[in-house]
Amino acid sequence: MSLINRIKKFFGMEAKPDIEAEPDAAKSAEGASEQEVEKVAEEKAKPRIGYIHLSGCTGDVMSLSENYDILAELLTNMVDIVYGQTLADVWWDDENPMPEMDLALVEGSVCLQDEHSLKELMEVRKRAAMVCAFGSCSATGCFTRYSRGGQQAQPAHESFVPIADLVKVDCAIPGCPPSPEIIAKTVVALINGDMDYLQPMIDLAGMTEACGCDLQLKVVNHALCIGCGTCVMACQTRALDMTNGRPELNSDRCVKCGVCYVQCPRSWWPDEQVKKDLGL
Amino acid sequence: MVLGTYKEIVSARATDKQIQKVAQDGGIVTGLLAFALEEKIIEGAVVAGPSEKFWKPEPMVAMSADEIIAAAGTKYTFSPNVMMLKKAVRQYGIEKLGTVAIPCQTMGIRKMQSYPFGVRFLADKIKLLIGIYCMENFPYASLETFISEKMGVSMEMVEKMDIGKGKFWVHTQDEVLSIPLKETHGYEQSGCNICLDYVAELGDLSTGSVGSPDGWSTVITRTDGGDSIFKQAVEAGAFETKDIANVKPGLDLLQKLSAQKKEKNQKTIDKRKEMGLPVPF
Repeated sequence: MSLINRIKKFFGMEAKPDIEAEPDAAKSAEGASEQEVEKVAEEKAKPRIGYIHLSGCTGDVMSLSENYDILAELLTNMVDIVYGQTLADVWWDDENPMPEMDLALVEGSVCLQDEHSLKELMEVRKRAAMVCAFGSCSATGCFTRYSRGGQQAQPAHESFVPIADLVKVDCAIPGCPPSPEIIAKTVVALINGDMDYLQPMIDLAGMTEACGCDLQLKVVNHALCIGCGTCVMACQTRALDMTNGRPELNSDRCVKCGVCYVQCPRSWWPDEQVKKDLGL
Repeated sequence: MVLGTYKEIVSARATDKQIQKVAQDGGIVTGLLAFALEEKIIEGAVVAGPSEKFWKPEPMVAMSADEIIAAAGTKYTFSPNVMMLKKAVRQYGIEKLGTVAIPCQTMGIRKMQSYPFGVRFLADKIKLLIGIYCMENFPYASLETFISEKMGVSMEMVEKMDIGKGKFWVHTQDEVLSIPLKETHGYEQSGCNICLDYVAELGDLSTGSVGSPDGWSTVITRTDGGDSIFKQAVEAGAFETKDIANVKPGLDLLQKLSAQKKEKNQKTIDKRKEMGLPVPF
């Protein structure tokens, strides 16, 4: 069993034959041993990943690293980390151009008064085939939505926006931080080109405004709430409780990460994926 | 498929006399959670426990058979069980968790398992998800309307509530009262009106009263895990079963009610779409 399939199995994702995606290539590789074909398929599937740290807290990349059981395999055999601090000591400047990337995980929102952040984000967009808003700060602004400047030593640094306000974002993984599992599942789906699994992340790239009050506005007000309590489970700051079967928000605790609405079964519903995962 | 994907359907009831006494129907949920706890398949379960108010359930983490038995019986109002799952794992330290859920709650749980955006290290700890059939649910104040206002009985006098044979039934110590289900229409939560799942199609197994005689339940096993736990419990003597083909009213009624729910609510979905209102499915 290939590495990808082993890891997919670990996450309970359906394992496909290694070279299924390239049947013609496999047939035409006359003379090549099956092993070699497999090797090519795997090499081809090894994406170059960059990690870009803007106005974030490193919590998202720490969450990635909490995939203890598979992290070594993930980093050494499944992907090439080609850019970024923390995971790889590669930093871009005038003499060292930023490398090309298949996927750039961008953590943190962007401070509009910080020219370096702006410049780096624009460069990432040029160099990366796919830009992922990694974590809620990057996707929705999260608690940097509350920034308003006036602090030493840069009192003018007051305006922070999700990256999609400035560049085209291809997919988003909200969460403050996103769970280790969703990060691993997303990366594995990317390696496999599993667009069905990735569709929600692609759709969520458009959700740049989030708040616990989304539940009231988009679910309760629209006669969709069924009082299941999933939002309360999902809330990462205990800003939600259920009162008479409806979510009640303590807005003083809400960090605007968006996870409550994203996790609600009445916001979007991945019917086929759920049944596939359950074997139903 | 009007009953979802399944492996087997049987009519069953718990053999434990104590469970039979308190159960709504065949005691499948109570009996199976107690069995799973005893066999260490789970270490605890989130159930709809009692609260300070009569007939207003509150999600609770049960870690003993007694606590599970105390939560037996249907309460026809909200118990947001899903919110307790994280607490059960984080604060009670449960590594293997069981729970009972109505169809919409199974959807919240299953979506979280497939896409755990903000919910870390919980998806793989849910070892047993028992789904219960659900036609609709009511806000607590709706129950008060039926019972206190329409039937003239105070909530604390009620010993059992039941929906069946076209009526909403209330049992007190001395009498059995009912109102036609027609009189409950418009009092259900409106989120139920777009629900297309009657028999908890995403449970590891699901159970409910329809199809089986009084005191028995219709059990549908679905996932490999759900099927094997139920079979284990039957083998251990926790349940007696009957072939569903030999019981009345049987599968026909179950299929009919499920199809009716889907058809009626699909119309509501279509109407909402015409109005430009969002529908998640």
